[in-house]
Amino acid sequence: MAAAATTVGDRSARAVRRPSLAWTGTLPFLCYVGIFLLLPTGIVLWGAISKPTGHGLTLSNLKLLGSSAARGFFLNSVELSAITALVGALLGAVLAYAVASGNPNGVVRRIFLAGSGVLAQFGGVTLAFAFNAAIGPSGGFLTHATWYYDFPQGIGLIYIYFQIPLMVLVFLPAVDGLKVQWREATENLGGSTLQFWRHVGGPLLAPAFLGCTLLLFANALSAYATIVAWENQISYVVTQQISVAMTSEVGLSSANEAQVLALGMVVVVALVMTAYALLQRRTARWLR
Amino acid sequence: MRSPHRFAIIALAAPAALALLVTGCSTGSSGSPSGKGWESAASASAGGGMSKLVDAAKKEGRLNVIALPPTWANYGTIISDFQKKYGIKVNSANPNGSSQDEVNAVKQENGTAAAPDVLDVGMAVALANTSLFAPYKVSAWNDIPTSQKEPTGLWYQDYGGYMAIGYDSAKFGTITSVSQLLGKKFKSAVALNGNPTQANAALNGVMMANLAVGGTLDDISKGVNFFHQLKKAGNFSPVQATTATVKAGTTPVVFDWDYLNATHGADVPSWKVFVPSNAVLGGYYAQAINKEAPHPAAARLWEEFLYSQASDGGQNLWLAGGARPVEMTAMTTNKSIDSAAAAKLPAVTATPQFMSGPQSTKAATYLATNWAQAVK
Repeated sequence: MAAAATTVGDRSARAVRRPSLAWTGTLPFLCYVGIFLLLPTGIVLWGAISKPTGHGLTLSNLKLLGSSAARGFFLNSVELSAITALVGALLGAVLAYAVASGNPNGVVRRIFLAGSGVLAQFGGVTLAFAFNAAIGPSGGFLTHATWYYDFPQGIGLIYIYFQIPLMVLVFLPAVDGLKVQWREATENLGGSTLQFWRHVGGPLLAPAFLGCTLLLFANALSAYATIVAWENQISYVVTQQISVAMTSEVGLSSANEAQVLALGMVVVVALVMTAYALLQRRTARWLR
Repeated sequence: MRSPHRFAIIALAAPAALALLVTGCSTGSSGSPSGKGWESAASASAGGGMSKLVDAAKKEGRLNVIALPPTWANYGTIISDFQKKYGIKVNSANPNGSSQDEVNAVKQENGTAAAPDVLDVGMAVALANTSLFAPYKVSAWNDIPTSQKEPTGLWYQDYGGYMAIGYDSAKFGTITSVSQLLGKKFKSAVALNGNPTQANAALNGVMMANLAVGGTLDDISKGVNFFHQLKKAGNFSPVQATTATVKAGTTPVVFDWDYLNATHGADVPSWKVFVPSNAVLGGYYAQAINKEAPHPAAARLWEEFLYSQASDGGQNLWLAGGARPVEMTAMTTNKSIDSAAAAKLPAVTATPQFMSGPQSTKAATYLATNWAQAVK
């Protein structure tokens, strides 16, 4: 028996470690990411540091980011994204908890998951038109006020309509990971609901909650079609101003300004996504 | 653990490098137009005569146009009439694009078969991009007023109109002055045709309001202040006015060119258009031929068609769309104008004013810093 074990051991020790070809399966996806994410980012970066005449590089375009107008656009964007992300995250988290505490195989859960999957992508012109029909000046079913064209209340309300379903989608797995035994253990040890959330549930869910909030923030930051369809006679956010810089026909068009603004957005989103990735790594530890 | 990462890095770098190589190659190549000499012809006679031009254009068989909405100055009919008359297929790209979109398309697509052959752009864009145009003088060149064309034929104005206010008279009665719009019954009703820092029509809308409240072509601040007052009164609608919004009643008062405002009458029977008596602001657009047009003969034939004074030619077709053709003075004299259509144009009582290039730039620069603040 000892001899048999040695033979088996020898065989595995002598087995040649051939490089696995399994990575070729990821080639289509990596091609896609390379062409549609890395290449455009490279083009934006190149354009941001090119001279307006097209020949040579310069860093002077980056000064545009320091102008008060650009600062205003970025502040507006960040303000709108932060507010809608926070409100969407809080309401979405409550909704996710309600869905998770129900029957795991029940109809309610399935409906909410399917509905969230659809509504998280319900943005753009269709959403703006739906709001226009409901509360617009042409006589929707609510008497219209003018506050919904104010920034950021009006457009913020519209953004929340796709932020909440997105939050439900990404936060539900975290809430599902809250084992019911932990709640029972707390009760057995004499803890109240408030103590459960403060000492057990809260710390466990906090990394996931923060990570999902950051995801919602990035989602709102890059939204374009909705606000353009809703109110486009004034540029509020960076995405609108990029469009103005690229297509202005009154002499204010500047491809370099557009690319510098886009570079600014890439930087903001990259920071947000890095923070999200770090927080996600912490989450995985707790909820295995 | 090292080898999977190594392969992943190679797998990531290879497609990115490949993509860069592909784009580098495609921008380096340049397709040669097959015009057999027409790409350098500066007039029909210089290229060998009209019949040779028609033959060469028919041989090319296609024409690429861009940013020509069918309801804009009757372009839908113009395109289909051109197709029927010469049997040349017209590819109309990006109908809702702006003038800058046209120039961007020329810059990015030159060298491919899909590049725009001809452009119809606002004056600011035309003046800034003359290096992209080919000089060409249409047969009717002498009937275009001198101030409305570039001397060597790089660009030439085509049609224009006056900035007007269109409104639903069933809701508001008759409007006779711009300052009436500050009244209470216009809550959330007044809209421009786009963002003034972006769209030519919107910039002219603000300038027209500026002239109506006492401003001048050199200083647009009174106009911006007017819209600020409008916003404070709750009357300014930030929704961009389109055919759909007018039909739905979302934007019942619209600042737009008179020929564009006139088209809404088809959707809203009680739609009326008026040009303020103290603020007649005119604006013309300009035609140009792409220097590297993939179909140079068809492009030149298109221009000849547009500037023809025949009863079914481009000038009268634009007039049928409510726009003023540039050869209108000459055509009225030689009686080739469609007088019924000319009579339908909105009455204008004062001398029209036109923004010059520097005035337009000054207004745009002022708006870039002050518009957002004023109508927040």
